[in-house]
Amino acid sequence: MSVAKPIPHDSAELHVTGTARYIDDVALPANTAHLAFGLSTVAHADIVSMDLSAVKAAPGVIAVWTADDLPFANDVSPSAHDEPLLATGTVHYVGQPIFLVIAESHLQARKAARMGRIEYREKPAILTVDQALAANSRFEGGPVVWSKGDAASAIAAAPRVIVGRFTMGGQEHFYLEGQAALAVPAEGGVVVQSSTQHPTEIQHKVAEAIGLPMHAVRVECRRMGGGFGGKESQGNALAVSCALVARLLGRPAKMRYDRDDDMTITGKRHDFRIEYRVGVDAEGRIEGIEFLQLARCGWSMDLSLPVADRAMLHADNAYNLDHVRIESHRLKTNTQSATAYRGFGGPQGMIGIERVMDHIAHDLGLDPTEVRKRNFYAEAPGALPPDPRSISAKVKEVQTTPYHMEVEDFILNGLVARLEADAGLAARRTEIADWNRQSPILKRGIALTPVKFGISFTLTHLNQAGALVHVYQDGSIHLNHGGTEMGQGLFRKVSQVAASAFSVDVGRVMITATDTGKVPNTSATAASSGSDLNGMAVKDACDRIRDRMADYLAAQHQSKAGEVRFEDGKVIVGGEEMTFAEAASRCYMGRVSLSQTGFYATPKITWDRKAGRGRPFYYFSYGASVTETVIDTLTGENRILRTDILHDAGASLNPALDIGQVEGAYVQGAGWLTTEELVWDDKGRLRTHAPSTYKIPACSDRPRVFNVALWDGANREDTIYRSKAVGEPPFMHGISAFMALSQACAACGPNYPDLQAPATAEAVLAAVKRARGAA
Amino acid sequence: MNDIAFLLNGTPVRVSADNPTRTLLDWLREGRGLTGTKEGCNEGDCGACTVMVTDDAGTRALNACILFLPQLHGKAVRTVEGLTGPKGELHPVQKAMVDKHGSQCGFCTPGFVMSMAAAQANGATDHDDYLAGNLCRCTGYAPIIRAAEAVAGTPVPTWVQDSPASAGPAPFAPASSDELAAWYAAHPDATLIAGATDVGLWVTKELRDLPEVAFLHACVDLQRIATVPGGLRIGAGVTIAALRKAVQSSHPTLAELLRRFASEQVRGAATIGGNIANGSPIGDTPPALIAMDATLHLRRGDTRREMPLEAFFLDYRKQDRAKGEFVEAVTIPDAAPDLACYKLSKRFDQDISAVCGCFNITREGGRVTAARIAFGGMAGTPKRAASVEAALVGRDWTLATIEAALPAFARDFTPMTDMRASASYRLETAQNMLVRHFHESAGTPASVLEVQA
Repeated sequence: MSVAKPIPHDSAELHVTGTARYIDDVALPANTAHLAFGLSTVAHADIVSMDLSAVKAAPGVIAVWTADDLPFANDVSPSAHDEPLLATGTVHYVGQPIFLVIAESHLQARKAARMGRIEYREKPAILTVDQALAANSRFEGGPVVWSKGDAASAIAAAPRVIVGRFTMGGQEHFYLEGQAALAVPAEGGVVVQSSTQHPTEIQHKVAEAIGLPMHAVRVECRRMGGGFGGKESQGNALAVSCALVARLLGRPAKMRYDRDDDMTITGKRHDFRIEYRVGVDAEGRIEGIEFLQLARCGWSMDLSLPVADRAMLHADNAYNLDHVRIESHRLKTNTQSATAYRGFGGPQGMIGIERVMDHIAHDLGLDPTEVRKRNFYAEAPGALPPDPRSISAKVKEVQTTPYHMEVEDFILNGLVARLEADAGLAARRTEIADWNRQSPILKRGIALTPVKFGISFTLTHLNQAGALVHVYQDGSIHLNHGGTEMGQGLFRKVSQVAASAFSVDVGRVMITATDTGKVPNTSATAASSGSDLNGMAVKDACDRIRDRMADYLAAQHQSKAGEVRFEDGKVIVGGEEMTFAEAASRCYMGRVSLSQTGFYATPKITWDRKAGRGRPFYYFSYGASVTETVIDTLTGENRILRTDILHDAGASLNPALDIGQVEGAYVQGAGWLTTEELVWDDKGRLRTHAPSTYKIPACSDRPRVFNVALWDGANREDTIYRSKAVGEPPFMHGISAFMALSQACAACGPNYPDLQAPATAEAVLAAVKRARGAA
Repeated sequence: MNDIAFLLNGTPVRVSADNPTRTLLDWLREGRGLTGTKEGCNEGDCGACTVMVTDDAGTRALNACILFLPQLHGKAVRTVEGLTGPKGELHPVQKAMVDKHGSQCGFCTPGFVMSMAAAQANGATDHDDYLAGNLCRCTGYAPIIRAAEAVAGTPVPTWVQDSPASAGPAPFAPASSDELAAWYAAHPDATLIAGATDVGLWVTKELRDLPEVAFLHACVDLQRIATVPGGLRIGAGVTIAALRKAVQSSHPTLAELLRRFASEQVRGAATIGGNIANGSPIGDTPPALIAMDATLHLRRGDTRREMPLEAFFLDYRKQDRAKGEFVEAVTIPDAAPDLACYKLSKRFDQDISAVCGCFNITREGGRVTAARIAFGGMAGTPKRAASVEAALVGRDWTLATIEAALPAFARDFTPMTDMRASASYRLETAQNMLVRHFHESAGTPASVLEVQA
């Protein structure tokens, strides 16, 4: 079986030799036009007049279009039809596309796009959470509230009440390959190549924009140079623009954003403010808790509602909350429209309660890890930790999340016990406290944080996938599925699934570009679902072909289909052994269909988002991490010194790829909470729009000691080979880095440091001063 | 005008010099169809476009996105397409990257393997430093470092060992500082381009046309470091990488500051002269040079003058440089045993300073006898902290003296708030850098870079 083997990414050799092709690498047809947007320079204004004569006269310009030139739908929104491709009279943020330049070269298009003269009548711009609240500027009328029990009464009755307020920044995806699309005219429609996590959405928006049915639009994506959620909806504008040019001018068209344009135009992770009020007992157990989640969504709806929902759905993280109330505000501001980003609101919700745990422990003078463990959900039956005494009698209780879903698969009591031992947490905590006492300038901190992350799209109908598998008469296998490859190794995992189904070497399986003409009606490759959904769909198709092969070969050998064995590249039937290629050839000669679609729909899930009730998730993925940091109390400079992670990927389809996801997600998560700071000025202009000013982690920012291991349990649900989704959950291990910094700050003085995110050096220095009690 | 001639993956190529500000990246991708070299940011900050360039000085990793074609004349360029052997054999770094799972989305990977191959060719093992200019968003770098460690010390494949042939006079490039001086005096509105790590962005980001340019890379006499009485005279064309190497033992604190100057690719192109002449208030070398009382040498035609470096910086982006005058060299003392340099930025590596503080405080018998303190990021120019210096000189080197001197910072500086830091944070940390300097002088650990788990 090729599943469970640590084989390299399917494109690894192409990557290292520079032969993996991305959109911008595709050899262009003659006559290809190149596109660029002219952008709004103000945050909120009516357009009084547009003088585009200089743009039109610029060298190489073929045409310049505004909203009035668009023949059909002027809309690239993935949700509420509130996002015009080109502005219609009013601009809503700095960076909004107003006109489209079509030119002979990329550089000519970029140059011309800066020559527009737009006269604005400026309107008040709503930029901050507080401004939006004051103006009641929001999506969905009012706040969404979900609750369980009676939080207010429980808090009132609790021995100790703690309140706090925590802000966290957004995050730029910084996929290394910027947004890009290429469209070529085709008979009756258009063929689009797009760097997208969601080919069907591209197809859908292109079809609307060119006024044709979806069957007239074929969308392909072989790979992306990183996505992280930023290519779930943000590629629509480029693909639609290219398709319009292909359709209206009959010319191939390519569009790629320059990095500064990319960061200025596209949405990012939602920044949040979370306010909390929690009642606890003397041991730090939560008796009641209220969260207020304020999400800054930007100017259009995009995917903000499900993002904000998922933040609510992770407000409990790993903790049993009997009395809880979560109130969520989705605030509309004159900034980029915040969008999907790895974790999709989950990290924001989760860090809310991790911050509460940190605060409780400080307030009561307890070990934060103990406080966390005391509040854990009960362990799932059959998932007992090494030392059953350590989890008390909670095992037998049936516990539910704040959204009333039974937690059936909880393993963190055992997992955390193992991680604590492996990382030597208790001894290191003591050693660090001693070290801090003799170190006046530098202080270290250590923290353990858990992750429980819900797996499934919360929009239930998205939990489906299709596949198309061909076995050729030479025994080679070609397949397509609805998922897209953005670096996560999905194609490799799915090829392992197919190879295992036929018991052949994985090299026999080829996966080509995701193509809406091969597999229709795909869901976005998002929500960590890629392997779960597409792996199952491919297995379904492969199993059907294999069954037909077995039926035919058994009949030829007067044997039974159930006795035909596919083993190690061979097919064994009625005492005869033949190669898989020979078996395929015989089936072809016997007129057996060797092509098959496959399909999968996730079972068991039901969700009523209005009521906040149901089972939105098929299962949970788990993990925990320990991070040690050091801070400089003179400047706030800080570093991660060591990280230990134990992560639950179920029965891993490919441990090498899964560990790669965990390592990469951790560093990305830590980056979100440390060096990655988005700064807008008071005019709503993003000042951090290039890697010179927006700092993702560099090589030396990774933990110098970095131990990552996979938990060795299988998924209790019947997923693809009992594996678990791994794309997003480990992102939230980055929270332990933030909490370790909070601990280091707390070592500086008696007060709670109230560290805010991102923990830049400046934020850390401010927290150090708060800990010391200075103003 | 001559063509631009160089070796591309071992094969001689000639390119018309009619557009001297065409970047190597655009030419490779659009002109030659060599799309392995990627555009990630087009400003030299992500490393996806890294190529290997070999000349008499050896092999370097450089960013193709801010490298203009004339800069390559007479050199050898190797791209990822030329890293694989003649029979398709993977270079050892390529094989290690596959074996260690060092690529995920793969877009940054060609740049990484080129940086790693250049490092392997040079026997470098400071992986974090030579990879600081390559950003990866997928892997968290751990598997890439495993790959780098696996190939350290292994033999360099013969097929990547380039030896460029001389190619005759370089277009747009005076061959000596005398030629440059004459030409620039006659063309005082021209743009001089040394490493192009700043001017490159004028072209790729500001989309400027530069009607008249001269490249300095052929002025080899500007690339020398000479020992002069009491000091080192550093030619304006000396790269940051070369300077860092040259002062490693004589000026270790300056060398450590230069380790954090941008990235390997930028240090290999950027010059000391460019970092000064550019006049940026946040350039990293001027504060250290001013703290060392460096002397700046300027030349216009045959007229030369010199001045203390601090006098060169008049106001924001305004320097005491006449039209047609250029930076020829800077002289620093042959040692600076008291120099301490502190760079504060959002990210440790490859970042621009929010505050860069350099302290050259001389003490005799526990008493401060001289102090030169200079900061970047605290004013519109690199600037001395004259009031702070005055508050220290003649006093005992004690914490009390330091604390008494702190209010003087606000007399010397009124910093601004921007995306890198707030004004108050800048002022406070500038003060605290002096506190840190005191503690470090007393042997108290105060650098997070020196702590290990």
